[in-house]
Amino acid sequence: MEPLLKLSDFRVRYGAVEAVRGIDMEIGKGEIVALLGANGAGKSSTMNAVAGLVPVTQGRAMFDGRDITDLPPEAIPVSGLTLAPEGRRVFGTLTVEDNLRMGAYAVQDPDDVRRAQDRVFALFPILEERRKQWAGTLSGGQQQMLAIGRALMCAPRLLLLDEPSLGLAPRVVEQVFELIVTLRDQGVTICLVEQNVAGALDIADRAYMMRSGRIVGQGPAADMRDRSADSYLGAH
Amino acid sequence: MDLILQQSVNAVALGGTYALLALGLAMVFSIMGLINFAHGELMTIAGYVLMYCGLASVPFVLAVPLAILAAMAAAMAMERIAFRPVRNASGATMLVTSFAVAMILQVVFQNFISVRSQPVAIPDFLGQSVTLGGLVIGVNKIVAILATLVMLVALELFMKRQKHGIAMRAAAEDFAVARLMGIRANTVISAAFALSGLLAGVAAVLWVSQRASVDPLMGFTPVLKAFIAAILGGLGSLRGAVAGGFLLGFIEVFLAAFLPADWQAFREPIGLSLVVLVLVVRPNGLIPAATLKAVKV
Repeated sequence: MEPLLKLSDFRVRYGAVEAVRGIDMEIGKGEIVALLGANGAGKSSTMNAVAGLVPVTQGRAMFDGRDITDLPPEAIPVSGLTLAPEGRRVFGTLTVEDNLRMGAYAVQDPDDVRRAQDRVFALFPILEERRKQWAGTLSGGQQQMLAIGRALMCAPRLLLLDEPSLGLAPRVVEQVFELIVTLRDQGVTICLVEQNVAGALDIADRAYMMRSGRIVGQGPAADMRDRSADSYLGAH
Repeated sequence: MDLILQQSVNAVALGGTYALLALGLAMVFSIMGLINFAHGELMTIAGYVLMYCGLASVPFVLAVPLAILAAMAAAMAMERIAFRPVRNASGATMLVTSFAVAMILQVVFQNFISVRSQPVAIPDFLGQSVTLGGLVIGVNKIVAILATLVMLVALELFMKRQKHGIAMRAAAEDFAVARLMGIRANTVISAAFALSGLLAGVAAVLWVSQRASVDPLMGFTPVLKAFIAAILGGLGSLRGAVAGGFLLGFIEVFLAAFLPADWQAFREPIGLSLVVLVLVVRPNGLIPAATLKAVKV
């Protein structure tokens, strides 16, 4: 079957530094695929380039059979793909409700927007309780939920999650990982970028390991779990 | 007491005009980090439209919307022609670009219209005054205060309730993430310029109706003042720009009214010293912008 997202010889360069050095990656429909590696391995650069935030210097990104390599970021959500970026980056001076409304900016039909908001509130009842509150006043965990909820507002088929567990208490991290599984069960394909290798491999179907801009290992999550300790520590 | 009230009305009228201008500067700055010194030339353009409308005997009620529309169109054209190519350049590059735009327009006005100040026909009623509870208030002051009020309320509603207004606030806070949501960079920036042009147009009408003349450098002084107001309020903060505009209006009007005659020569430096004093106490301005707060050490 044709993969939902397919990167081939994918490269990203910032000036003299090549952050992503020609990677090949496939994400099948309905999968949770983890993209693992240490800080600076090129994971976030890959995600940002797929989403159009940084230019792709070489290679292709195909989403659902369509070439999205050179699309600007604002054209990406319309195609059915969203990135919840690293560091949550909710709009702190907007209310929770307005953050969600912005997540649905590309959605034209008001009924779809309402449905998407109901879904997010069902997943995260705390966001409904705090809907009138400024997003900046939420706790870190709640902000992460809002960031994911905001990304879900345009009903994506593929959700790229960049380090959703970063800076969260262990109990909250667990909640976030459980939620990712729930989302996959609802039909959302997920690409999960993580430094929390153990946690990510627990829920992922497959995983890629990146180091210095290259893929240095890949396979079913179960196999990667056995190998990961060495290869992850080897990065340091 | 009456004198204080009387001067307060003047201060609100002048401060309101500064507030409108500062708000336009802040709006563009908050979204693309550009301090648009050519903002004043938008005012001048609106002023010249008023002048030509007067010459062509276009009724004032029609001339005003035409002048405002001209300022909006000019602002959008400015963005499209001059600022879009340098959008991702450094703040200094954009600043210098805006100086260039301002100077080019000034030269165009000087060569194709006139170096001299030109009279603008203003309806008589604006020059009259009414007595309100013992105060004699110029009709133009009342119009200025009302117009400012209407603009501020309308803008507040737009930025708070309308999807596109919220999108502008989102883009001001985190442009990259706003784009991830599907908010188009070009649309949002163009809208910010259109709004800043609208505000400059309204401010120009108010400014010209106090003076009944327009010259090629007309926009320079008020926009310099508005820039000071925007810094005073917290650069990039919309509420701050409004607060800064009114505060600056009060400082200027009250110094002019109550400073002893010998000191009047030092009015401007004293006023600016007060501004510096405020900034010493609140370095990020009266109401700092959210994005500035994040990088505050």
